[in-house]
Amino acid sequence: MARYVVKRLLWLIPVILGVTVLVFTLMSFCPGDPAQIILGSTATQEMLDAKRTELGLNQPYLIRLGSFIDQIFIKHQMGNSWSTGMSIAASIRERMPRTFMLTIVMMIFSFGIGIPLGVMAATHQNKWQDSVSMIFALIGISIPSFWLAMLLVILFSIKLGWLPALGIGGIQYYIMPALAGSTGGIASAARQTRSSMLDVIRADYITTARSKGVPERQVIMRHALKNALIPIITMAGTHFGKTLGGTMVLETIFAIPGMGSLIISAVNNRDYPVVQIGAIYMAILFSLCMLGVDLLYAAVDPRIKAQYAGRKRAKKNG
Amino acid sequence: MAVPEIRNKHRNNSEMHRVMRQLKKNKLAMIGLVIFAIEIIVAILSPYIIPYKYNAMDMTSVQKGPSLVHLFGTDELGRDIFSRVLYGGQYSLTMGVLATFISTTVGMLIGAVSGYFGGKVDNIMMRILDVIQSLPNMLLSIVISAVLGSGFVNTIIALSVNGLPAAARMLRAQIMKERENEYIEAAVSINCSRSRIILNHLIPNSFSPNIVQATMGVASMISIAASLSFIGLGVQPPIPEWGAMLSAARQFIRQSPHMVIFPGLAIAVTVLALNLLGDGLRDALDPKLKN
Repeated sequence: MARYVVKRLLWLIPVILGVTVLVFTLMSFCPGDPAQIILGSTATQEMLDAKRTELGLNQPYLIRLGSFIDQIFIKHQMGNSWSTGMSIAASIRERMPRTFMLTIVMMIFSFGIGIPLGVMAATHQNKWQDSVSMIFALIGISIPSFWLAMLLVILFSIKLGWLPALGIGGIQYYIMPALAGSTGGIASAARQTRSSMLDVIRADYITTARSKGVPERQVIMRHALKNALIPIITMAGTHFGKTLGGTMVLETIFAIPGMGSLIISAVNNRDYPVVQIGAIYMAILFSLCMLGVDLLYAAVDPRIKAQYAGRKRAKKNG
Repeated sequence: MAVPEIRNKHRNNSEMHRVMRQLKKNKLAMIGLVIFAIEIIVAILSPYIIPYKYNAMDMTSVQKGPSLVHLFGTDELGRDIFSRVLYGGQYSLTMGVLATFISTTVGMLIGAVSGYFGGKVDNIMMRILDVIQSLPNMLLSIVISAVLGSGFVNTIIALSVNGLPAAARMLRAQIMKERENEYIEAAVSINCSRSRIILNHLIPNSFSPNIVQATMGVASMISIAASLSFIGLGVQPPIPEWGAMLSAARQFIRQSPHMVIFPGLAIAVTVLALNLLGDGLRDALDPKLKN
């Protein structure tokens, strides 16, 4: 297991470098001259030339790429935002935890509510509990989260006046974003849980467990759900990206100062360094979370652990 | 006379027909198909059937709620929201379908080449996909739209990158299974070219999971397209794309919630229809999964 973790952590390095190269290359095709954007339209030609030299825009692509990587990962100098002049490192430090927490809360809601719902649907197959939760799930995966967010604002802030429509503060500010962001997740988790539970529930070992007199509750929780969990975790991995993307949009709706609203407003202001560095940090966050999902996977599925043990043994013998 | 009979029999038993028969039995899937078909027809005919021009302003009835004159009410410039939603379907549906088509086709080609050749080619391609996949979809689309700028075609390009790695991986896995079959060996032995083996033999025999994925893909593409327009990157107003309409309606959410409700409802209904169809297709293509 330790070998697996180390190997996966090392693999993050080339992936993050790859993402950095990808984002840097994409952003170097951005329209407009950075010097012009920074200095505004009143700048003289000399000022523009001086700024270009300062930014290193005259250098060839590979040198610029090299110094960019050097600045971000070795010197940790990320520079300032073009539009606000604020330190990019400081705003990422301030905003990243908020986006991360919000996404994690959404993921916990998604699977904390979705899995029990799916188990209930599977154990009551073709009864009303099944139909009701599957209809809910179908609607849940079809509603775009940003539209749901606006509907929630109409209902809870404007009509009822229970919750604040935007901003940050106490827990009441995060109820609607979390609800809007996790509905899709709850629905897909419920659907996935139902179908993988139905797959395992007919297996012979379930019948064996029942005939041994194991209580039904324990059969479902320990024998069936544990085996059904593997495809659910796979889904959690792919769902993480969706949730993170959804959070970015929801942050702009609820005026939450997180990474999403930072990057989106930077794109609209053509504040390219913020977009560039913000995107790279989001990718790092995302990769770390995916790593977490993979480790969870290895923890639940003994076959993955066994695979590693097996390979090790094979090497020793060979 | 025996020949047509054999042909007929063969056709009735073909995989395609079995799938269609299965699909026809599935009521929910048929509802989804019908809704989506109606939406496409309405979108194509919309310039001729909408009651008002999509950009016709009427300052005497601004932000009116739904009524018989304006089914979905009017927006801040007195434009008829019903007409705009129908007309905007052209943009939303085209973007969803085209972006999925591009991403599925390109992804399948990458997956097929990768799966057929294996080894170094496969390794390099998969590592590149790993890098692309370590950016969340929405973020990648945002970065690409930032580079290309907003607009209809640019948005389609920004969206297409989304489903690409998933489509490639899915076909690659299928091809790796399929290429072990004897008919591929036979094709190699009669000196079929590699491109012929990949395009004529391998892809047609392994792309059914990609079809299910693409159907669901259109749904999520429509959703992502709308959210891109919503944050001001995709298609820009005055084009009545659903996400762009929602984006403009946002500032009037307090006074006229109907401006927010109807365009979003259009997205939700479309996505729901496609998900129903996708579920049905998956069940029909993979009888194992049916409970």
